[in-house]
Amino acid sequence: MSTLRALAKAQAVAAGVAQPVATVRHLHLAERPLVLVPLALAGEANAPLAALVGTAPDAARLLIVPQPRNRDQRFRFAAELAAVVLPYLAEFLTVSEAVPVDRGRDVRHRYADAPQLLVPNPAGVTFLRLFGRSTRFRRPDGEHPVHPDVPLLGRWLTFFAERAEHPGSSALVAMTDALTLHWATGQSSVEDQHLPALLGWIDPPVGSTGAQMAARAEDPTLCPPAGPATDPDFDNRVLAPAIAAYTGAEDDPAARAAAYVALERVLRGQLAPTWELMWRGVGLLRALPPGARVAGRWDGDKDAFTGHVEHLDAGGGPQPRRDGAVAAAARLHRWERALTSYAVQRAYDDPLVMAEHRLTGEAFVGDVTLADPTRVDDSGRRPVLRPRIQVVTTEPVPVPVGTTLFSPARPAQKAKVVFLTPAADGKTELVLELSGGMGRGLTAPPGTVPEVGERLCLTTLSDGFLPAGAFPAPEETPWTHGGPPASTADGDAAEDWS
Amino acid sequence: MTSTAQRLAVIRGTVPPKRHNARTIAALTGNPGCTRRAVLDGAGVDKPKLAERIGYPARFGQSRFAITRGNTFEAQVKADGGTELLRLVAQRLGVPVPQRADWTDLGGADDLPDRQERSRRALTATGPDAALFDHPLLGLDVAGQRVHLEPDLVAARLGGRFHVVEIKSFPVIDGQADPAKVAAAAIQSAVYVLALRELLAAEGQDPQLVSHDVVLVCPRDFANRPVASLLDVRRQLLVLRRQLDRMARLDVLLANVPPDFTADPGADPATLTAALRTVEAHYAPECLAACELAYFCRAEARDHTGALGRPVREALGGVEEVSEVLALATGERAAEPERAEAAALLRAAARLRADALAGNPA
Repeated sequence: MSTLRALAKAQAVAAGVAQPVATVRHLHLAERPLVLVPLALAGEANAPLAALVGTAPDAARLLIVPQPRNRDQRFRFAAELAAVVLPYLAEFLTVSEAVPVDRGRDVRHRYADAPQLLVPNPAGVTFLRLFGRSTRFRRPDGEHPVHPDVPLLGRWLTFFAERAEHPGSSALVAMTDALTLHWATGQSSVEDQHLPALLGWIDPPVGSTGAQMAARAEDPTLCPPAGPATDPDFDNRVLAPAIAAYTGAEDDPAARAAAYVALERVLRGQLAPTWELMWRGVGLLRALPPGARVAGRWDGDKDAFTGHVEHLDAGGGPQPRRDGAVAAAARLHRWERALTSYAVQRAYDDPLVMAEHRLTGEAFVGDVTLADPTRVDDSGRRPVLRPRIQVVTTEPVPVPVGTTLFSPARPAQKAKVVFLTPAADGKTELVLELSGGMGRGLTAPPGTVPEVGERLCLTTLSDGFLPAGAFPAPEETPWTHGGPPASTADGDAAEDWS
Repeated sequence: MTSTAQRLAVIRGTVPPKRHNARTIAALTGNPGCTRRAVLDGAGVDKPKLAERIGYPARFGQSRFAITRGNTFEAQVKADGGTELLRLVAQRLGVPVPQRADWTDLGGADDLPDRQERSRRALTATGPDAALFDHPLLGLDVAGQRVHLEPDLVAARLGGRFHVVEIKSFPVIDGQADPAKVAAAAIQSAVYVLALRELLAAEGQDPQLVSHDVVLVCPRDFANRPVASLLDVRRQLLVLRRQLDRMARLDVLLANVPPDFTADPGADPATLTAALRTVEAHYAPECLAACELAYFCRAEARDHTGALGRPVREALGGVEEVSEVLALATGERAAEPERAEAAALLRAAARLRADALAGNPA
């Protein structure tokens, strides 16, 4: 928790309403996201109970499992969910775009847009991950056959759950995470996981405070939990009798149909408030302008989506239960790179995020007081353009001479600290030598060198290229890491079910 | 009756002390800095009733689906005289699976002293090498009181050592389980390990015969087939021992509690609220998941930075009250010398925030 964010929380307590901690939106928001609100049965291992799913506020589709402990009904639910999710994914397979590769010498193709799934909270992401795990190894033939769409859905849900762990990805987003990225409430992060309370703080109705709305949101009779866990009281008083009525009416089709309708009604009653909140959250996020680097990160999601479609088209197998040593190391490496770059990009896109780094001494803002844009360094074999500028700042600059600094305004340009002198009134004077981002000639094009009077943010954070690590092929896994992995053949369909 | 016990009885009021179980004892380790909790739990106050009485009811309901599933799984694992359980435990411990095991059910409706005696005798007697003891009745001293534990657990004696076997119905999927649930199971099992060790020690036997490796039996993946895992609870044992020692020194904490302090749920709500305020609490958001009184303490701590979470409080330089944070940040209030550093940080943060929100170029 940065001090800046903590201060925003304190301000939220005093103001009675959440305070912004971002000035731009740091995630991609699709035109038509697929909103999914799942419920699970308490006590069971990720047994689906119900879900509301759809791409528009007025297009909610309710799926329920009348007997959640029944194995066949679970997979019927999976098939029904697949009938919503898979056609949604297919919508993105029609338009491709060309992307230059190899410094423009070649192009590759990827889908021009990608699907986006929204769930209420991180527990919703976990639910999808486990539901993907429980369905992706199933088979349409053999001992316990399932609908052919079920394993495909499982593989897609696994894909989305894995993307959700990739820093900066917007393929599968938990609404509470998305909102707390942009607003700080006057409650703890534990309480922020409760979507109704969080939205109560961010967007309280006129005349109420966030604290009042959050307190109201804690009463499950007024505000059902945003899932996947249900309210125990609801389970005991409403759901259990409704399921029992359905089960008991086995021999009476009319009574059974009535019991089914009754179950649908109570489950919809639990889901509908969260559904409304999800779209309110979407509306709040949409009102923020997107950050400049959001589209670039969404390109990464489009690449991942394209890659998985190609993997499926080529007859690739389901994701393994556990990564092998090489795959795990490579994945960790990808995440670390993505995490670094995501943090830097958010700071570059958003002065309010950059302010957190200014507070910790990783960035400062100063005024350009002198500029020599034509300076050429001819001490080397051939002369190179190396303009120098002087910047004066009132902020502390805890970096040594020789450090390379960057500016979000000109991300391709490096600024090396040549001199660093304390000046009057606690100010600091820096002389910076610039390189890069000024074309190939010995004259800098206009605008590429900061001019006198320009206010400049300089930071040690670099959004530069991070080279990828080198990993051996899986079949060359060294013995220190367990040696080459055994075959990943899997016979999960034989599992016993309750 | 000692004076401490008398005082605790007065605090508790007319109702009998609430029985502790492994879960409540485990919960004691959650917020060791909280005097209010130590006193109330030490006195065996009925906290759910107390919380309801003062208008902050706790929400610790359990779904009947979860209870049913837990019971079904436990019955399934213990079926057939524990043959399957014995195989699981032996395989996990890496000892040869015995042909047969002695299964002793120490449960039953008998009166407590008798059951306790039966448990003591059965667990300390020499017997067959492979033995399982179901529903043993164990005891532990909590705040100077003898607390009886009636675990649903099995103590397994294999290869001359005892292992606590805990059966839980949360799934282990691809070798991974919900970390919060595993942590809760570990601390509960540690309570049993401690109680078993005390029982052996009281009989002059080596307490180290009870292993710190607990066997956790859970359903595997999405099915009902059980799988056993080992949990090392040495760290939990340390935490538990420290907290129990602290509760044994309740008299020290009680010295700072007003003599007329009462937490009798039968008393007038206004009296109770006023009384509770005289005993210091140490609210943190984590309390919401562990203590029945948390909603009351949270309301009381509303304007404190600690209520926003420990990381927030630390990031604010440890300043306790929200109003003080804001006063320091705007410079309205001059900082005391020991707060000078925090105040400077807060002022800088406020300036940077205002700057960025005003849309100044960064």
